[in-house]
Amino acid sequence: MRQLFYNQAIAEALAEEMRRDQNVILWGIDIGPYGGANACTKGLYEQFGPSRVIDMPVSELGYVGMGVGAAATGIRPVIELQFSDWITLASEMIINQAAKMRYMFGGVLQMPLVIRAPVGGYLSAGAQHSNSFESMFSFVPGIKVIMPSTPYEAKGLLKSAIRDNNTVLFFEHKKLYAMKGEVPEEEYTLPIGKADIKRPGSDVTIVTYAYMVGKSLAAAETLARQGVDCEVLDLRTIDPMDREAVLASVKKTGHLVVAQETWRDCSVSSEVAALVAEEAVDYLDGPVVRVTAKDVPIPFSPVLEEYVLPKEADIVAAVNKVLNRVSV
Amino acid sequence: MDIPRETLLLIYERMLKIRHFEDRVKDLFAAGELPGFVHLYLGEEAVAVGVCAAMKDSDYITSTHRGHGHIIAKGGDMGCMMAELYGKATGYNKGKGGSMHIAYPELGILGANGIVSAGIPIATGAGMSAMLRKSGQVVACFFGDGASNEGTFHESLNIAGAFNLPVVYVCENNLYAVGTRQSQVRKIEDIADRAVSYGMPGVVVDGNDAVAVYEAAFEAVDRARSGEGPTLIECKTYRWRTHFEGEPDTYRPPEELAAWIKREPIAPYRKLLIEQGVMSEAEAQAIEKKVVAELDAGVEYARSSPLPTPESAMADLWA
Repeated sequence: MRQLFYNQAIAEALAEEMRRDQNVILWGIDIGPYGGANACTKGLYEQFGPSRVIDMPVSELGYVGMGVGAAATGIRPVIELQFSDWITLASEMIINQAAKMRYMFGGVLQMPLVIRAPVGGYLSAGAQHSNSFESMFSFVPGIKVIMPSTPYEAKGLLKSAIRDNNTVLFFEHKKLYAMKGEVPEEEYTLPIGKADIKRPGSDVTIVTYAYMVGKSLAAAETLARQGVDCEVLDLRTIDPMDREAVLASVKKTGHLVVAQETWRDCSVSSEVAALVAEEAVDYLDGPVVRVTAKDVPIPFSPVLEEYVLPKEADIVAAVNKVLNRVSV
Repeated sequence: MDIPRETLLLIYERMLKIRHFEDRVKDLFAAGELPGFVHLYLGEEAVAVGVCAAMKDSDYITSTHRGHGHIIAKGGDMGCMMAELYGKATGYNKGKGGSMHIAYPELGILGANGIVSAGIPIATGAGMSAMLRKSGQVVACFFGDGASNEGTFHESLNIAGAFNLPVVYVCENNLYAVGTRQSQVRKIEDIADRAVSYGMPGVVVDGNDAVAVYEAAFEAVDRARSGEGPTLIECKTYRWRTHFEGEPDTYRPPEELAAWIKREPIAPYRKLLIEQGVMSEAEAQAIEKKVVAELDAGVEYARSSPLPTPESAMADLWA
């Protein structure tokens, strides 16, 4: 099958949806002739022109807020934030406006708004360019949160996000932009809210997402050589979470590790652990262990960042812990 | 300027509607019939009505926490509004919004907003939307003097200027943001002066003169609709009541309030229309009678309407 980079898959999804629906409009910083800081809009300005691919000033609150007004009035804005770290500047418009407007107004309007934003560390980008804020936004009712782990999923899920009539945050991992993977040439979409088993296994479930999927699969390979059979479950959508898939896997394996890149307290991993505690505690044959970043800002120096962010070895250690197994 | 008779009468009727509606809300709130908080528009009637009278039904507005006046000025139904204030299932937004969150897109009302200044980028986006869809629609964005100090104001007006968006920014300068006199926290006298930074006209009008507001809005709407871009109109006005009902007025000199009430917007307008032969005294009385009857019916509708079922709290989150 044809191979595409993750950012190429995103650009292809955008182009296809723009051709499909003239009300799909992109705006953000440097997305026009510049092609986007991560080349996700490369070639789109040339193809669709300045009224479909709109360069904005550095005004996150302003242009994300404009997305709210445009989405309420017939446009399907797909907004790129150059770094997801700056979503804090726009968070009023996402949390108090986009997420609430339909509900607060008794369902009289729709909010087909997509905000794409690169997340993640492992790049020595420092404390203000390495964040992953999915937990903060999953907390808020009225927002869908998607974090694809492969080019195939980036394309299929972005197309679904653009067709969704609700606010969707689409977090792309910076380390994945250069990942190459199979992407069919024919049209497809992937459903929002459905997890994917990236590796079936019988001994332990590793619930993970985004860049940590690759680290979890690598850990599973290491453990397989030691006779431990891990199931790697990629959430793909953080909110709404595929609870059935998580519970089904845990009921099968009886053991749970949750691996996420971002901070620990009140996070996605907390939610997964709580879900299993509430709905499947009788199936657990050991403790739940979470692999997360340490609760400090992501530091700059590579040696410090490596210490703070979770590693493949942390996942291996976590699996050994839940299985009450001595590491080899 | 030559204003059509039906427009002049509409302005009179809608200002009266706001006056009576807000007076009634004041009484109903004091009587404990309405839950939550209410922010009344009394004294500022000419701003909302003067602007909306220059717009079409299909045009958009964004409103504020002090939004009742804008909704009525844009053609909102007092019964559906009152039902919303009562938290009833028959309210504009099924009781989920309340006084601060009334929206009715069918009349272009994109929502009152409880967050000061949040309507500004939303209006700007609706303007971008109208431009992209080539719909010919114009957006009026209402906000207060306090909101003009928020970052949303700067970011949005800069973008609207850069893209020539069809938006009319209407600043209701009533001198106070909650309890802080604006001259203490803003160096310049006229907020309209800020327009120069965004390359758009900045106009100061007497916000208690409905004709002056209408004329300024008419020109700005015309500019916007013909693709010439946004305008910032600052309307100097005053709220008769405190920031919200029940708040003690410890921060405004009584003589200042009395002076503004003396130059209130409706009585002089009524006199003008009679003097100019636009309506007779009898017609003026008939309009007021009709407004009061409509309001009475609206209150009765709200009172007799059913409450939402508790379970309906779980509906309307997702499209």
